[in-house]
Amino acid sequence: MAALDAVTALRRFGLGARPGDVKRIASDPRGFVLAALESPEAARLDSADLEPSHVVFVEQRTARIALKAAREADAGAAATARSAGLARPMSGEAGPGDAARMGAGGPGMRPGGETPKPGALMREAFRDEAAARLQRALTTDSPFLERLVMFWSGHFCVAANKGPVRGLAGAYEREAIRPHVLGRFGDMLKSVEQHPAMLIYLDNAQSIGPGSQAGMRQRKGLNENLARETLELHTLGVDGGYSQADVTNLARLITGWTVGGINQGKVEPGRFLFAPARHEPGAVTVLGRRYDGAGASGGEACLADLARHPSTARHIARRLARHFVSADPPPALVARLEASFRDTGGDLGALARTLVTSSEAWDAAPRKVTPPYDYLVAVARGLALEPPPPELLRVMAALGQPLWQPPSPAGWPDADDAWTAPSSIRERLRIAERAARMVDRMADPRAVADDLLGPALSAATRQAIARAETRAQGFEIMAMAPEFLRR
Amino acid sequence: MGASSRFAADGCAADLSRRHLLRGAASLALWGLLPGRSIAGTRDPRLLVVVLRGALDGLALAAPVGDPDYERLRGLLALPRDGAGAGLPLDVLFALNPAMPTLHALYQRREALVVHAVATPYRARSHFDGQDVLESGLPGVGRLTDGWLNRALSALPVAGRAAPQPGLVIGAVVPLVMRGAAPVLTWSPKVYGLPLAHSTAARLMDLYAAQDPGLASAFAKGLEIDRVGDGMAAAPAITGTAAGPVVAPQPATAARAQPAAKPSAPFRAFIETAATAARFMSKPDGPRIGVLNFDGWDTHANEGGGLTNRLAGLDAAIKTYSEGMGAAWKETVVVMVTEFGRTAAVNGTAGTDHGTATVALLLGGGVKGGRVLTDWPGLAPKALHEGRDLAPTLDLRAVLKGVLKDHVGLGDTALAEQVFPDSTSVGASRDLIG
Repeated sequence: MAALDAVTALRRFGLGARPGDVKRIASDPRGFVLAALESPEAARLDSADLEPSHVVFVEQRTARIALKAAREADAGAAATARSAGLARPMSGEAGPGDAARMGAGGPGMRPGGETPKPGALMREAFRDEAAARLQRALTTDSPFLERLVMFWSGHFCVAANKGPVRGLAGAYEREAIRPHVLGRFGDMLKSVEQHPAMLIYLDNAQSIGPGSQAGMRQRKGLNENLARETLELHTLGVDGGYSQADVTNLARLITGWTVGGINQGKVEPGRFLFAPARHEPGAVTVLGRRYDGAGASGGEACLADLARHPSTARHIARRLARHFVSADPPPALVARLEASFRDTGGDLGALARTLVTSSEAWDAAPRKVTPPYDYLVAVARGLALEPPPPELLRVMAALGQPLWQPPSPAGWPDADDAWTAPSSIRERLRIAERAARMVDRMADPRAVADDLLGPALSAATRQAIARAETRAQGFEIMAMAPEFLRR
Repeated sequence: MGASSRFAADGCAADLSRRHLLRGAASLALWGLLPGRSIAGTRDPRLLVVVLRGALDGLALAAPVGDPDYERLRGLLALPRDGAGAGLPLDVLFALNPAMPTLHALYQRREALVVHAVATPYRARSHFDGQDVLESGLPGVGRLTDGWLNRALSALPVAGRAAPQPGLVIGAVVPLVMRGAAPVLTWSPKVYGLPLAHSTAARLMDLYAAQDPGLASAFAKGLEIDRVGDGMAAAPAITGTAAGPVVAPQPATAARAQPAAKPSAPFRAFIETAATAARFMSKPDGPRIGVLNFDGWDTHANEGGGLTNRLAGLDAAIKTYSEGMGAAWKETVVVMVTEFGRTAAVNGTAGTDHGTATVALLLGGGVKGGRVLTDWPGLAPKALHEGRDLAPTLDLRAVLKGVLKDHVGLGDTALAEQVFPDSTSVGASRDLIG
């Protein structure tokens, strides 16, 4: 089994081997995976090209206001302009820097060519973020760290197809997830639930306490979406022992948790804002504990308690084991993860270490078919290809896994065979064909397969690759072999 | 979701899946070789299940405008009694959302049945558990290896044919309702316009057959549907808007409604998905039972415009599918279901939160339509479930059983034990079909 560990380290705990990886780590595969836990900073992803979420938010909001004002201004003149044969004034070509500068110009500005449309701004931010995320996946030397980022990003997912979240999804992951993947669960939880992307995605940005100033004035009120998913998905789990009353009370407790607007002067726009005028006054009880209703601290105290709750330890342990090992994970592994989470007060670095040092996590047979994202990344890493990000994004979407756009707040499915739908497996062969055409013509598929999967290759797979009609076919068979598809 | 039985950790798993593979392969080989099997005088029913994920607001789709508490609870979301934006009349109590003129026309032709105040046995408010109960067909949250539609497929009588046809999934992921032992085909668009080399595919089939039955089965079916899909004529024309002419002459009442919003990009996906389903299911030798998803009904905030737009997309998909089925529409039943409904009252953000009872829709030439089937509980404060939701008065399984019994021909025993386990006490609804 020991020889297999190098392959397991790169498949189950990684993003697929690059040329030479298996040999390089063969002397100490577990040490290789554990080494990634020594440098939490390496999980961060910062670049001068990537804007913080509050900047993207402000650009988008400013552009929206400008567009609205321009439309109103145009309404009168439109008929004349059209009869004179003038094109409708608009542009999607201005860069994000322009938008930030024009923020000062404000709502009265005419869109004469320098005002980007809000949708275009969001898409541009998304493209830049997606390219950086893919680049990291294709090139990282600490793939386990990146897999942890992907796990937590899925656990606390937002979806890019909801309004402005498209432009914020990448920054959300960089700001709320990456800094905490080896930190404390409670810190990640607070960062996530107070991030503008999450507050918008699960509607809390609009939730208003019915008894608050704003609630009395506007006859608006509560939205329990974020509160429910916080309990059901993010912390306790659906069987974690909460009631409808707990959901409603948590929703009350976090009323006023919203996003700073661009005209509110005293607050930083586009960042988390506690708006006292929207906050439901009075103490509430969640899971039998009373929380003081004043300020954001009541909700924060409740989140801290949820992070320490035994149901949360169990829920996270199950999810982690299902994600990395099998949908039906060894009970001893789950129990050890649960104990680690509970006893360390949610130390995620310790939790990851527990996973990697558990023999069950290495010994379980590879059953999970890699999701489309992981598959594409593994093909590119293994064959040393550099596919353009837009192509990767398009193919992932066609295979049912558009980046940062899971079907629901529960994230991507984690069943072992969730990604084995017939047409989806068939399309992987088209991907393998396309990849094989881009490989160096002189490369030998037998040698490459041996290098990437060596100890894991079955005799039948070795033979099928060796007997291929062409080198390209040999690469296709390697990239479609069960040893490549499952981990 | 749990692991499929295919990967169960016991020793006989490999044999079991090989048998499934063989059965799947046999039916695949036959599909396409057999002549059309519309034996004279026998029915050849089609069933399409549409899962509307996110909890569709039944009170917005079929609004109880005649209920004395309706306007109070719904506030700004209430449909006006008349004038612009008024509902399309269904009966004295209910009006249809004006974004759905096609559905209304089908209703007037008695090809649409609206079932109201219906719910699965699930009584909590998690989307994911709710969908699991909806799709597993179990009385509660539990085993998640297979779904009721797949089990129905397994229970189908094979009289007149060599084997049941595989179930059809439009999408890149098989939903729980169609997972299980019976063979399933999925259709999803090609990622590259490359022809697959036969030789490579054959070599992979050999490899999978030797060491990975799960992949073998999936890959074989994927190749088969690729072949069938490539061999098919061009897709039926995709009609762009819900406001265009319907299968029947536009009724006067529909003309009164505001023109429905033109489906924007996400809703174009609804239409294309529906067109693809019709393309396969209208074939004389095509699959008879299919499933597809339309997502995005979780309207927690600003429900008015967004939901109207999405309902218009759904209406356009109904139009596309009903027209695309051609002559087979008369033997078709479409069942549209969602995991649960939404709160009766509008919440604080002009939306609605997770609720309980909602609507289910039955459409098609096989349906005894033109009516709203409900034991209406009313919206009075005391009538609401837990003081907040439309109360369920009908078990969704009864409706599904009624369809499977009278349309597809499954027996009571198979329905009560196999398809919907532990449901003997839930009798099949009568007179849905005919």
